[in-house]
This record gives sequence, structure tokens and C-alpha cells, in this order.
Amino acid sequence: MTHPRLVTGARLRYDEVREEHLLLVPEGAVRLNPSAAEVLGLCDGERTVEDIVGVLSSRYDGADLGDDVRELVDGMAERGLLVDAGS
Amino acid sequence: MPVPERPFTLIAELSYQCPLHCPYCSNPVDIGQAKYAREHELTTADWIRAFVEARALGVVQLALTGGEPMLRRDLSELCAGAREAGLYSSLITAGTLFTRERAAELKAAGLDHVQISIQSPNPAENDRLAGNRSFEKKIAAARAARELDFPLSINCVLHRQNLDRIEELLNLTLELGAQRLELANTQYYGWAVVNQEALMPTWEQLRRGEEAVKRFRERVGPRVDVLWVLPDFYEELPKPCMGGWGRTAMVLAPNGDVLPCQAASTIPGLQFANLRDESLERIWNESDAFTRFRGTDWMQEPCRSCPLGRQEVDFGGCRCQALRLTGDAAATDPVCRLSPHHEDVVSARGSQRSGEFVYRTMKPRGTGASAPGRLRQTVS
Repeated sequence: MTHPRLVTGARLRYDEVREEHLLLVPEGAVRLNPSAAEVLGLCDGERTVEDIVGVLSSRYDGADLGDDVRELVDGMAERGLLVDAGS
Repeated sequence: MPVPERPFTLIAELSYQCPLHCPYCSNPVDIGQAKYAREHELTTADWIRAFVEARALGVVQLALTGGEPMLRRDLSELCAGAREAGLYSSLITAGTLFTRERAAELKAAGLDHVQISIQSPNPAENDRLAGNRSFEKKIAAARAARELDFPLSINCVLHRQNLDRIEELLNLTLELGAQRLELANTQYYGWAVVNQEALMPTWEQLRRGEEAVKRFRERVGPRVDVLWVLPDFYEELPKPCMGGWGRTAMVLAPNGDVLPCQAASTIPGLQFANLRDESLERIWNESDAFTRFRGTDWMQEPCRSCPLGRQEVDFGGCRCQALRLTGDAAATDPVCRLSPHHEDVVSARGSQRSGEFVYRTMKPRGTGASAPGRLRQTVS
């Protein structure tokens, strides 16, 4: 997975009723914590995983979130929710 | 009264009109009643009000279904209304009216996802099961959906007369570029009850089907999500029907009746509130139909003291099935091996008889129950 993007038809949305982030997919929804929603919001098919880690690092005072981001991206890819825009 | 959860899904049955005649349709057998006629269907404004109220209650998923939802001339307006309300919309269609031109209109209006039913991957068999020439149009519809970059799901209701084509179906799904395949083993509600003996699969067919799905998943990976659920009659423990009664979903019938599931109108004595008279919030929270079997207080034995601790896992299973097999909608679903009526489920597994169908029709019952002559067919 080099350039992750959300699978066709997936939409990120903040649910004001439940006060939580959701990834809406055909006939389903995945509940997301705020950090997962932030990472997925950066998965635009243009940025590489390393770019995403870099963006987060600059937002959060240089924190190294590389392992967390890779774990999330791999997990979402295994479920078919992220696909590689480069392939 | 238990505090209700927030619903996730609104199943919008826009119209019971349909060009197909599938003998397992989940619509009520009495769709020929005057109250479901076209002139009594909800208006565009009624539906849009329902979408807004549903979102405020917590609904995020909207299924635009029927009958055939493409028969609503205001479908584009409804898709736009759904998007405006903040709902994720799915069109559940037979595909025969989903032309490239109309697909483009719906895309522009904000429709999110398209699910097309296929009765069989074999064209002649598809048309025989649907009671209508439709296979070629379905394939064209699936291609139009993909050309417009809709996420596409294929749905196929499985039964004895098409289960042996599961490999062909998996390959067709892949070829069409669908990202989901719902292999919906027939559940015996609505018209499927009338046709149970013509539809009931054998254990051997199910076993082969399950193996084919497993091989496909290993070969293709997460790019196609294949849903495979064993039919209730071959289970030993019930499923949480509708995710629990009045817990995750509501069904809005074409005439505005609000139901906890598509088959709930078969339960005698349940009072259904109508969208034209009350708010969805009030109906969800307080109506007789939604509160009757919500939570666990209504349960009888063996559910009441469930030794498996499954009260809030399966919620007692399906109320409509309990009614049909025991005469009491509050009984334990006989799919459960602890039910005193479980033997009736076991014996139904051997109920394969004639392959003759009674096809779905909106003609009033009486003529409908025995089906019009031109639609009757016998297969070996």
C-alpha cells in the first residue's frame, strides 16, 4: 500500500446525533475514533503513507506516529476499506 | 419501557409495484390490498420529511427499495433529499429500468450506492425465476453503474433452483466489477412461504455453496466482499432478526405505515402507526409495534432464562417465524435448538417437493394465491 485512498463509495462523516466519526460504506458504517478519522481524511490517493505520517508529525509537535498510521492503514486495507491508488 | 437505541437504517419501500414476479419476494403476500395502490403511496414531501426525521433520530443508512424503486418518477428528487438530509443512500433495484441516462441523473442527484438483483447467472434461468425477460437489462444496468463509478453490489437470493450455479455467479460478479456480493439464502417470509417446497435447498447444496465462497474469498481477497449467511432452517441457533426488534432499523411501507421489519404486518394485533399522522421519533420511541418486542422483558421460556446467555445476542430470533411455526409471535424462534418446536424446523429441511412456483403478483388475493395461469411453470 503506497498511496492509500478510501474504497469507491466510502464517505467520512461526523455524526452530530451520536457525536462520533463514521466511515459510511454501502449498507454499513464503521465507528472511528477521532485519530482514525483524521488519518483516513488524509488518505486521498495522492499522499503516500510517509506523507501522512509527516503531516501528522507537523500537526503534533514532531510526534512519531508512523507505527500507528501503518497499523491503521493495513487494518483498513485488509477489510477492503482502503485501496491503493497507485496499483 | 426500555430506552430505545438509536436506529441506523431506514428501509424505504417506495412502491410495491414491480415488473418482476420473483416467487420469494419479501414483500407481504397481500400487496394487492387497496391501501398499497399507487394513489395511496406517500408523496415526495412525505418521504423527504421522513428522511430528515430519520437522520435526527440517528439513521445514517437509507435503503431505497420496493417493489421496484425506479418506478417512482420522483426518485432523483428523493436521492437529492436524502443527500441533503445527510443520509447514505442505496438503491435496491432489479435493474431493468436503470438505464445509463437515469443512472447519470441519480448520480448527479447524490445517490451513493447501487445494488442490483440477479436471479441467476444463467440468462434463461434468471428470466424464468423473475417471471420476466430481464437478464440482459440487469447486466447493462450493472455496467452503467460501474461506468458512472457507483460502488456496485450484486444481490442474488439463493434456493434449490439456483444454488448449484454459485461458481458462475461469483465469476459474473467479478467480471461486472462489483465490490459486494450478497448471497442471500432464502428466508421464509412473504412469498417464499407460499413457495417453500419449491425453494428449500438441500444440505449438500449449501455445503458446496459455502465451499465455493471460501475458495473465492481466498482467491480474490478483500476486493469483493461476499456475504454468505446460512438459511435459518439449517441453523441450530437463531439470528438477531433485524439486529433486534425496534433496535437498529425501521421499515417505511409505501402507504406510510412504519414497521419494525418487512414482515411485521403478518403479526395479528400489532398496531402500525403511520407517518402521515405522527413523527418518526414518536413512532420509534412509543408506538405499539416498536415497543411490543423491544428489549427482553417480553420473552417467554426458554428465552427468559436462556442458558446460553444469548438474550441480547439473538434477541429471541425472528418474531414472524415464531408466529408462523408456533402460532405465538412471542415464542422463542423455533430455529433455536432449545425451542420445544425445533423439530418442525428440522423436518422442514426435508420438505423439497415440486419445483412449481406461485409467482408474486399485485392482483388481489384469491386470484393471486393460485397465481395467474400464464405465470405458472413446472420444472423438474
